[in-house]
Amino acid sequence: MTGPQHLLSVADLGKDGIAEVLRVAEAFAEVERRSVPKVPTLRGKVVATLFFEESTRTRLSFETAAKRLSADVLSLAVANSSVKKGESLRDTVETVEAMGIDALIIRHASAGAPHQVARWATRARVINAGDGGHEHPTQALLDCFTVRQVLAERKGAAPEELGIECFEGLRVLIVGDIRHSRVARSEVLAYSSLGAQVTLAAPGSLLPPSLEGWPVTVAEDFDAALADTDVVSLLRLQSERGSGSFVPSLREYTAGWGLTARRVALLSDDAIVTHPGPMMRGVEIASDVADLPRSVVVQQVTNGVAVRMAILFLLLGGEWPGHE
Amino acid sequence: MSDVTVVIRGGSVIGPEGILRADVAIGGTTIVALAETIDPPSGAMVLDAAGCLIGPGLVDLHTHLRQPGREEAETVESGARAAALGGYTAIVAMPNTEPAIDTAGVARDVLALGRTALAEVAVAGAITVGRAGKALAPMGELAELGVRLFTDDGAGVQDGALMRRALDYAKGLGVTLAQHCEDECLAAGGAMHEGCWSSRLGLPGVPAAAEESMVARDIQLVRLTGAPVHFLHLSTAGSVELVRRAKSEGLAVTAEAAPHHMLLTHALVQGYDPVFKVNPPLRTDDDVAAVVEGLLDGTINAIATDHAPHAPEAKDVPFDQAPPGMLGLQTALPIAWQVLSGRLGPERIFALMSSQPAAIAGLGVTDARRAGHSAQGGPVEVGATANLCVFDPAATTVVDPLHLASRSRNTPYAGRTFTGAVRHTILRGEPVVVDATAQR
Repeated sequence: MTGPQHLLSVADLGKDGIAEVLRVAEAFAEVERRSVPKVPTLRGKVVATLFFEESTRTRLSFETAAKRLSADVLSLAVANSSVKKGESLRDTVETVEAMGIDALIIRHASAGAPHQVARWATRARVINAGDGGHEHPTQALLDCFTVRQVLAERKGAAPEELGIECFEGLRVLIVGDIRHSRVARSEVLAYSSLGAQVTLAAPGSLLPPSLEGWPVTVAEDFDAALADTDVVSLLRLQSERGSGSFVPSLREYTAGWGLTARRVALLSDDAIVTHPGPMMRGVEIASDVADLPRSVVVQQVTNGVAVRMAILFLLLGGEWPGHE
Repeated sequence: MSDVTVVIRGGSVIGPEGILRADVAIGGTTIVALAETIDPPSGAMVLDAAGCLIGPGLVDLHTHLRQPGREEAETVESGARAAALGGYTAIVAMPNTEPAIDTAGVARDVLALGRTALAEVAVAGAITVGRAGKALAPMGELAELGVRLFTDDGAGVQDGALMRRALDYAKGLGVTLAQHCEDECLAAGGAMHEGCWSSRLGLPGVPAAAEESMVARDIQLVRLTGAPVHFLHLSTAGSVELVRRAKSEGLAVTAEAAPHHMLLTHALVQGYDPVFKVNPPLRTDDDVAAVVEGLLDGTINAIATDHAPHAPEAKDVPFDQAPPGMLGLQTALPIAWQVLSGRLGPERIFALMSSQPAAIAGLGVTDARRAGHSAQGGPVEVGATANLCVFDPAATTVVDPLHLASRSRNTPYAGRTFTGAVRHTILRGEPVVVDATAQR
């Protein structure tokens, strides 16, 4: 059976799809450790990044991934493009696609924009690199990948040997601006479909208005939840989406929901701290906490390349697993 | 019967005494005979209505014609054509044009364009200058022209004191203020109903409370001023309940609901297609059920389309950037029929779409101030103006966006099939639509 045509949501993958991404990403992580970390897999394919919203790590990560697979990479700098002349998203997409693009990697401030692009695209595969407050699938996938890597290291095993069983019953605590966070939505889908128990912790004003249908529980006591978790996923307070006014002040937010040195002491010794970046040191994460060994922020960035190589490979060239 | 110009044969008339198997003879603009069999004189046009219901022409309280200002989306001519094809013989043009209908000059222009259209066009005037919610529009000057409804539709009057003043002023003019209930602070930035789907889709939501809080406020203002208020497009269970209670207290409130709020829910937004973006937004199953219940028990007086055309390029953008609005004129009666016909008789369904909205718009037969408009909303009887809708409940309406009369394509029903179809529309005795085809 063939996999999804596009990656718009983690839900497009399902449990087996996520497992396959992690498996393939492991192979590409090995490529990255070579002296010449490049394979000819996607030679002749053209990948375009269309970022309608600022980004440092995601864009560079996708472009690095594509180049390591020997794809040609086009990068639309929106600030210098026809978009600034008033060209619509649809026309921009159709214009870019008309140049024979194989994959469109899109980031947009509007939730659902990649879904619309996927409807307009005639042949290109569409990859969601973050859409408004909706999803950021590759971030959630690389978070899962990183967590498994850490768990494997501790066991002295290869990550591949752990399969996805290591997520069964894993306690994941997602903290912060869940209301506006696309990372949170993708993580909830990814972790829960792998069997993890997901708990959310946030002030009421930063929780989504409705959690109907979400496979999560909400922590009543943040400190108690910290003592009872295996993974802490910290989110950034997104002032650019208007979340600044959702809490009285950054000081009060940090006091109530920041991962301070005091709160780190509540964590079990094995707990892992992830952050999708960019970090606001001193707000959601104390600076010295960000640099502790249990914090895997830099590892996440490194792994982002391998995971995105896997996504590009699976959408553009590779095989998807059949369902048993 | 030498002056008979049109005979409608084989249908059943929805008349004041109930439903009656009858042929209808029209002479000029007037119904001249109703009888079981009428032999058409030579020269008279004969319309087949076998198996059809012949009701009063429909009246839409809520049509966006976009002229002046947005003629790429709709014009008075194209909107009225869509109306006629939908069985309407009168529509009320909303004032959120560019410029807004907030002066006699603009109102006069729209009314003039309507004179040759396939349906009669009345206008609603703006309550405030430029619909900006700051200063009262010249309501007296507009009332002189026959304007009977005033609204800032597209927005609600946010300032409670200004709304109160408008109501006090309106009393002396004998006009009705119609409110688009939406607290802009609560709704700010919302692109869909706030609930489980907005939370999952990551789209900013409009809570039901944004609508309900203004409905509640305006009910208190009706109590305070004694002036009537008509509530536009009620969409939540809470709003319906507030209006139900206000009516039970005898307050002068009326309400309408749109066909899409009788049928569609927020789950449709999950593909992020802006064709499902509308204001007020599509809400929950419970809200849809409450709106239908409100129509059944008389809390809601009228079905009004909120026909809101938008050019394709305006809707072909990310969901949160798209303007809200859906086409409605050519699908309203089949939808009402599908939703209500098991629970309401045909005469009640037609009343919701004809006599009751006509009364609210000041276009009914007993309204002395129709100012240039013929009597709308029935009754279908000898001597009445022949404004008629001939509806075939056994036919089907298949919605093809490319074959709608509107200049726009933003129907949320593309590809859907409804039971029942409008067959003929008679405007002041003239068959403007025959066999679902516009005649001019």
